[in-house]
Amino acid sequence: MSDAQPFSAPYIHAPTSVTRTMSLVMIALVPATLFGLYQYGWPAIFLFIITLTTAVVAEGISLRIAGKPIRPFLFDGSALLTGWLLALTLPPWAPWWIAVVGALLAIIVGKQIFGGLGQNLFNPAMVARVALLISFPLEMTLFTSPLPLGSASAPGMIEGLLITLGLGTTPDAITSATILGHFQTELGRGVSVDQIATTTDSIWQLSWGSISGSMGETSALLLLAGGLFLLWQRIITWHIPLAMLSTLFLSAALFHWLDPTHYISPLTHLLSGAAILGAFFIATDLVTSPVSIRGQIVFGIGCGLLTFIIRTWASYPEGVAFAVMLMNSLTPLLDHYLKPRVYGRDRKGVPIQYGEQEENR
Amino acid sequence: MGLTFGFKLFPVRGGVHPEDRKQLSASAAIEALPMPSLLHIPLQQHIGAPAEPLVQRGDTVKKGQILARNQGMISAPVHAPTSGRVMGIGGFPAHHASGLSVRTITLKPDGLEEWHESITPEADPFALSPDEIAQRVAAAGIVGMGGATFPSAVKLNLRKRYTLKALVINGAECEPYLTCDDRLMREHSEQVRDGVRLMAQALGVETILFAIEKNKPEAIAAMSEAAAALPHFKVIALPTRYPMGSEKHLVQALTGKETPARGLTADIGIVVHNVATAKAVHDALFLGQPLISRVMTISGGAIKEPRNLLVPLGTPVADLIRACQGFTEEPVRIVSGGPMMGQPLPSTRVPVIKGSNGLLALSAAEVSEKSEMPCIRCASCVSACPCGLVPLEMAATIRNGSLDNSVHLGLLDCIACGSCSFVCPANIPLVQYFNFAKGELASRQRMQHKQGETKRLAEARTARMEEMKRAKKEALLKRKREMEEKKRAEKAQQEQEAQQSKQTETVSTGSAVA
Repeated sequence: MSDAQPFSAPYIHAPTSVTRTMSLVMIALVPATLFGLYQYGWPAIFLFIITLTTAVVAEGISLRIAGKPIRPFLFDGSALLTGWLLALTLPPWAPWWIAVVGALLAIIVGKQIFGGLGQNLFNPAMVARVALLISFPLEMTLFTSPLPLGSASAPGMIEGLLITLGLGTTPDAITSATILGHFQTELGRGVSVDQIATTTDSIWQLSWGSISGSMGETSALLLLAGGLFLLWQRIITWHIPLAMLSTLFLSAALFHWLDPTHYISPLTHLLSGAAILGAFFIATDLVTSPVSIRGQIVFGIGCGLLTFIIRTWASYPEGVAFAVMLMNSLTPLLDHYLKPRVYGRDRKGVPIQYGEQEENR
Repeated sequence: MGLTFGFKLFPVRGGVHPEDRKQLSASAAIEALPMPSLLHIPLQQHIGAPAEPLVQRGDTVKKGQILARNQGMISAPVHAPTSGRVMGIGGFPAHHASGLSVRTITLKPDGLEEWHESITPEADPFALSPDEIAQRVAAAGIVGMGGATFPSAVKLNLRKRYTLKALVINGAECEPYLTCDDRLMREHSEQVRDGVRLMAQALGVETILFAIEKNKPEAIAAMSEAAAALPHFKVIALPTRYPMGSEKHLVQALTGKETPARGLTADIGIVVHNVATAKAVHDALFLGQPLISRVMTISGGAIKEPRNLLVPLGTPVADLIRACQGFTEEPVRIVSGGPMMGQPLPSTRVPVIKGSNGLLALSAAEVSEKSEMPCIRCASCVSACPCGLVPLEMAATIRNGSLDNSVHLGLLDCIACGSCSFVCPANIPLVQYFNFAKGELASRQRMQHKQGETKRLAEARTARMEEMKRAKKEALLKRKREMEEKKRAEKAQQEQEAQQSKQTETVSTGSAVA
């Protein structure tokens, strides 16, 4: 007989763990990440490594200061995932200090200050991205056209390292705006959507991702594949992604239908920027999204609507990060008001009554 | 009617799919355990008041003889599992996680297995009236044998207070490992069927819904065949999902109706009984035998030879383990019941009781205790909860010490099925939190009740004392008044006498003068 303490059942457990959850999310990110690293070459690879390393080191130091056990928390994969998500949203040729500052912001300000794993109100990667975007608008909007590894004009390893260290020179010719940025600038100049569209990438390019943009945001198809993998593995449910993407699509479609010269087509909205990454990997962040189905649907609708509003009328061409963060702040409220209905009770919590049985009592 | 195809099942929220591990013991036919050398028969093997002993130390008893009678409305008598001598009545560790001692009759079997003369088969139990059936079920000491141990006769009498539509037999056996009901259905399908029919007769309902999870195809086939000729006896194959065997969820799956919170399934016209209970009802009415033994599954990764055994009540758990050739390795947990809702046993000395459906010795590999992590709000528990609760929030409130808030969040609607703890990736022992809170609230309530009672009694005493004081005072006053009156009377008398004597004196003096 063992000397185990008496403890409530169950005595068996599903093969789940925090590490497994985090690892599956990272596995889902692998295709889009590999594509991004290949497409933007050595500088992107260095930036990716720096972001992830800084995130993990910052996590370790924070845990030590907080006096928490380091091993279980460092190996739960959450810091690595935060760093990873942040890296995917950075301009691929950004200098090293953007990655370092971003990772420190994400882990320390975004997560550990709130109390560490599971306690943060906002998605840490989005906290960092928004802070960086506001603080360093120039570096954060300097995007590169795809120069795949091995292609003629792609920087080699040393050259790439210099670019990341901020010592290399980025040829002006290969820097370009993202599609959403391009639309915003041109629309601001009074050009109509149709005219701009003739100069931008095709829908196919947007889907596959061979365009300029953040390191891992460009390939809508590969991100979608990752998202479907998460759905299949039941790490996330369909409610947030579907609510967010359909709201974005429908609101964009409505305005595009009303005035096609001033409003971008809904498909462009869906396939550009962080829409797909955001819908499957960021808005669905377990810690910062509501727990009830109804809460998740409202949350997703809010994310989609705010993304459209910010993209269309605010001064930033990309709205996903802002939208998700704004909705994150509503999560406690949504959780409070949109609870599931308890078995045997109505929505107000009153026990169900069946009229016919009443008189039999 | 037998197996009913296309019976419309209704969706039930939540649930999990644990590995069922039933293959360990599913192919082992029920075998009778040899009579142990000593039986410890607790007087409390059911929900309600403990039974009151009718025998004394040194008494010789026969098999099936009543040892202790039920007392109160909700209670059940206890019978002798075999013939032998009563060695004593006293405290013995209970079949409970606490291992606290309960009043127990210790019986030394004499090996003769002599039935008591009162045990006589009934010629035609179907000729009995509902009241007679319920009365015999009560006298046989039958309680809910799925583990709830609620006296069955009380449930059979629900017809008096509710309009009932159907009897549901819970053959889901959704707990992993357990195969005792499966074996009963396979090997004793006709007896189970007849027990069920008698219960339906007692309840005054025609429709019988016999629900079995699909992972027991042999049991479904056996019951369907047994019930083939009965038009209102429907055998229904349920999807395999834990906790399908939760009474209220089973009824929801079959009828689409939820049992009102804090209510009974009888509120929606349904009474649910267990397979083993049906078999016990059969034995009680057809054979006249009270509940003195039951079928148990002894299984788990640490058990050498998992078996299904027919066990006399009161058998020490250690005897069961011995009958299965002992352990292959030191078990991490010894559990009574299934792994999802069972109880840890403090020792193998404790006896088998009416509600014991399984004994599991779980190996380290099966239990895989991992360290607890913070909640990552993944909502797995929310989607697993069959009761529509938000377990993560309830646990957080309990952790913060606000038990009343956890009640507002639905703590008392929790059926402790363990689905939430089972899926939690952070290994948070959610059910432990809930059980703690429920226990704490119950003890607070008891304390409050006690305080109330104390206050009431103290006030009553003060009032009584006051009354006594007042009465005393009054008595005193009365006496005083009486005394005074007496005195006054005496005085008056004296005066009168004095006057009289004066008069006489005067007269005499006068006469003397004269």
